[in-house]
Amino acid sequence: MNKEPVLRMSKRESMSPGKMLMVYAIALLMALVVCAGVIFLLVRMNPIDVYKAIFDGALGSKRRIWITIRDTLVLLCIAIGLAPAFKMRFWNIGAEGQILIGGMVSAAMMIYIADKLPQPLVLILMFAGSAVGGMVWGLIPTWFKAKWKTNETLFTLMLNYVAMQIVTYCIIYWENPKGSNTVGIINQQTRAGWLPKLFGNDYGWNLVIVLLLVVLMYIYLKYSKQGYEVAVVGESERTARYAGISVKRVLLRTMGISGAICGIAGFIIVSGCSHTISTATAGGRGFTAIIVAWMSKFNTFVMIAVAFGMTFMEKGAIQIASQYGLNENASDVILGIILFFLIGAEFFIKYKVEWNHRKEESR
Amino acid sequence: MKKLLALLMAGTMTASLAVCGVSAEEAAGVALEDVKVGVIYIGDENEGYTAAHMAGIDEMAASLGLDESQVIEKTLIGEDEGCMDAACDLADQGCQIIFANSFGHETYMMEAAAEYPDVQFCHATGYQAASSGLANMHNYFTSVYESRYVSGVVAGMKVNEMIADGKITEDQALLGYVGAYPYAEVISGYTSFYLGAKSVCPSVTMEVKYTNSWASFDLEKECAEALIADGCVLISQHADTTGAPTACEAAGVPVVGYNVSMIETAPTQALTSASINWGPYYTYAVQCVLDGQAIDTDWCQGYNEGADKITELNEAAIAEGTAEKVAEVEAAIKDGSLKVFDTSTWTVNGETLDTYEKNGVEYISDGYFHESEYGSAPAFDIQIDGINSIVE
Repeated sequence: MNKEPVLRMSKRESMSPGKMLMVYAIALLMALVVCAGVIFLLVRMNPIDVYKAIFDGALGSKRRIWITIRDTLVLLCIAIGLAPAFKMRFWNIGAEGQILIGGMVSAAMMIYIADKLPQPLVLILMFAGSAVGGMVWGLIPTWFKAKWKTNETLFTLMLNYVAMQIVTYCIIYWENPKGSNTVGIINQQTRAGWLPKLFGNDYGWNLVIVLLLVVLMYIYLKYSKQGYEVAVVGESERTARYAGISVKRVLLRTMGISGAICGIAGFIIVSGCSHTISTATAGGRGFTAIIVAWMSKFNTFVMIAVAFGMTFMEKGAIQIASQYGLNENASDVILGIILFFLIGAEFFIKYKVEWNHRKEESR
Repeated sequence: MKKLLALLMAGTMTASLAVCGVSAEEAAGVALEDVKVGVIYIGDENEGYTAAHMAGIDEMAASLGLDESQVIEKTLIGEDEGCMDAACDLADQGCQIIFANSFGHETYMMEAAAEYPDVQFCHATGYQAASSGLANMHNYFTSVYESRYVSGVVAGMKVNEMIADGKITEDQALLGYVGAYPYAEVISGYTSFYLGAKSVCPSVTMEVKYTNSWASFDLEKECAEALIADGCVLISQHADTTGAPTACEAAGVPVVGYNVSMIETAPTQALTSASINWGPYYTYAVQCVLDGQAIDTDWCQGYNEGADKITELNEAAIAEGTAEKVAEVEAAIKDGSLKVFDTSTWTVNGETLDTYEKNGVEYISDGYFHESEYGSAPAFDIQIDGINSIVE
């Protein structure tokens, strides 16, 4: 007697966008219900109040909205940078390092040349310098992979620590006062090398640069020949080779772009947000962005929503921590549960699950 | 130098003028039920330094009679734009006074202070308020070197006991010190600790190693282990976790902690901890807001005002007679007869210093280094004989 499972899974052909949205909505709803249960069981608090506080923390005032937007943009920028690499199945765990090197180049220019040249020129130099810095940091492991088939996951990860040490070394020269390990705001008086206001907003330029990248990367991946090559290499290197694509060239080109955009994220952080440099400048966002890129399936417009969602939760976390004295870990639990359900939802989009009706027939 | 001094004086005068201007406008003050206090912490309740600040805030709220809802605390705020976000957000929420407790918060607090001129911004351990030209920017710290000195006396007594018991010889009286970063705040701290120990045990020497982090349990533990391996017979720390005491308890080496009592972590080895009571400052500053008075640009008080202390002595670990000696030293510090940085007690390259100028200010006069008198943040950054500071 052969035992057959009661449930049967089969791969779906496709799912309509409307239905897909519904699956996600149900998942999100279920996640919120489970979170509510956890919150109530653990801390005996009204979950609605906690949700309200999260919302308030992220969007409760004009300033908070802009802070949420600012941090969304940075996360989004990094995710855009990671998208081509991951689409090519190149496991770039090194965004942290690429951001740091980019940020470091910007900080160096702010310190050494920002007050000596006209501002637009300084900003263009900083932008380009950071992009080149990030690109070099992305190309090193790629070159080794192309040449000697080294493992890029380990290599890019290790380069993060190298970048951190380089930044630590620079801080010894830039710190103020000596020995304090603090650079502080660079050019606080003159604001030289700071991204200026645009439309009267501090983060106007951040918005323009990142949104431009959203559109360009979308077109690049979806409609350009190079973007197609990235997809083919990602699916199967052999197919790519058979089709006459130089895998080596695609690897180097794609990671150059990926690293450069991460470097630009470093420029945006240093010149447009924090105006300082430290080993915490990337702050783990290089890893969070991987989730953003994957969950969006490399669609840069979907990334806007995912990056916003992640930032929203992070800002909400700060609020519930200060309002209810809940440790920030509490919001990590909430975010974890939500991610679990959303990633779980993908299973139901890709696969069909049905009761096994054929039991009778098989006898 | 003269020019610089003149400039500095001009700056100070402008700043004090500005302070006067504000105090005249604000003379009305704020009603008790309307006052709102914002606090920005680098850590949370699990980290000793921030825990000490939280205790100070609680003391302030209790002594002034503030309601829980009148104090908004933000924890785990980094030394980046997040600090500025937090400060501005607190101001938006209606706080009239905002505190931040980490050194690297300072420039962001200044940025926020410029944006909210009617809100008072107070920054612990910083040094730029006076030169910032912002009337609503203030620095505060305590004379923590006094409590470090007293904790050093406790350590010296313990080392004396070890020598008397024949456990070590006089030459082996090597202290170990786990430091965070090699700059004035830490240098001032370990030097005063060392001088305290030396005052009762003349043969002590000290080795200092750095973790390059304010709060890393693992690094501090490893650092303490490395010091013990180098032959240190007693460990102290200027970093914020229980890493060093944990290592010391395991190795059976006496330890002097920082911020909070370490007896729970090292029941058989913790002697005491040098500690700061932030309560007096927080009470003072919020009281100023209530009264509509200007807050000192640089505030620094010490043992005599109850702003510094050592934590409970651990009877299970201290040497005999420690409590009496501590009481004697504390009394001498309070009445001013004992100066921690008395130049007759230390030398640099074998010579006694009689002058030390920093930023155009002469710090040594009347036979001692005038620590924390010309600015609230520690200024003593001299490498003295007997201490080997190892910067890697």
